[in-house]
Amino acid sequence: MTVTQMDPTWFGAEVQRLLPELFGTALRLTRNRADAEDLVADAVARAWVAREALERADRFRGWMFRILTNAFLSGRRAAAARPREESLDDNVETEQFSLFERLHQPFLLWWSNPERAFLDRLLREDLERAIDSLPDPFRIVVLMVDVQGWSYADAAEALDVPVGTVRSRLARGRGALQRALWEQARDAGLIAGAAPAAPREEAR
Amino acid sequence: MMNEKVLTCEEALRFLAAYLDGELAEGGGGATQQELESHLARCRSCYSRADFERRMKAEVAALGRADVPPELSDRIGRLLSQFTAPSDTQES
Repeated sequence: MTVTQMDPTWFGAEVQRLLPELFGTALRLTRNRADAEDLVADAVARAWVAREALERADRFRGWMFRILTNAFLSGRRAAAARPREESLDDNVETEQFSLFERLHQPFLLWWSNPERAFLDRLLREDLERAIDSLPDPFRIVVLMVDVQGWSYADAAEALDVPVGTVRSRLARGRGALQRALWEQARDAGLIAGAAPAAPREEAR
Repeated sequence: MMNEKVLTCEEALRFLAAYLDGELAEGGGGATQQELESHLARCRSCYSRADFERRMKAEVAALGRADVPPELSDRIGRLLSQFTAPSDTQES
């Protein structure tokens, strides 16, 4: 089968097969179930219209995720026409944060393998909350590279930023993600020896 | 035979993320995959760190799948059925 003569049945089967991944990724991009459903439907419709651009059937998955991400980015760019563009430097702690190094502090090393124990007890909801807490530019790059498996170059092209910016956002996004996980665990009293943080006032 | 640089822990950790992402730029003045793997093979601390970061990355990757709500399944099913409908109703 040539892709330009794409069989609707084949297209439908591929979409259905990818649906859990498309929805999962859309959920993390939008942070909202209704928006995620709209995004997936939008991406499927766009993919059908653009089907002749797919050169090889075995690239359907990557192509579909690119369309999903681009649909999200276009919506975001439209929304960002409002004056308040996020200041990256203000929203995420700039220093590198390593969860591994935190877990390796002397007071924790009485555990045989604190980092493994931490990951074993990590819940999906904890991770979702941590990732959802990242500002868009960092969350998007982390999702592109870690969830969708994009190369730095592909992410840079889609975002229209230099590859160095992707590297930087990825490092800072991962650092912020690990910090959020550490803080959640500490506040829940799950890390022996780490004092819970003082209650924070709701900042708006 | 190529000369393999012996990396310090600091150098290995600097290139670790790119290594795990498959993005080590060969010959760009950084570390090669071989050099990093040699370091990880002999340094327990960096190996543990690499193992931790690899698992973190896998945990994040697992977020890319979610149970599809029936409403979305139905909605996509309806959308897909439009693609097999007669051409005058397609891509409206």
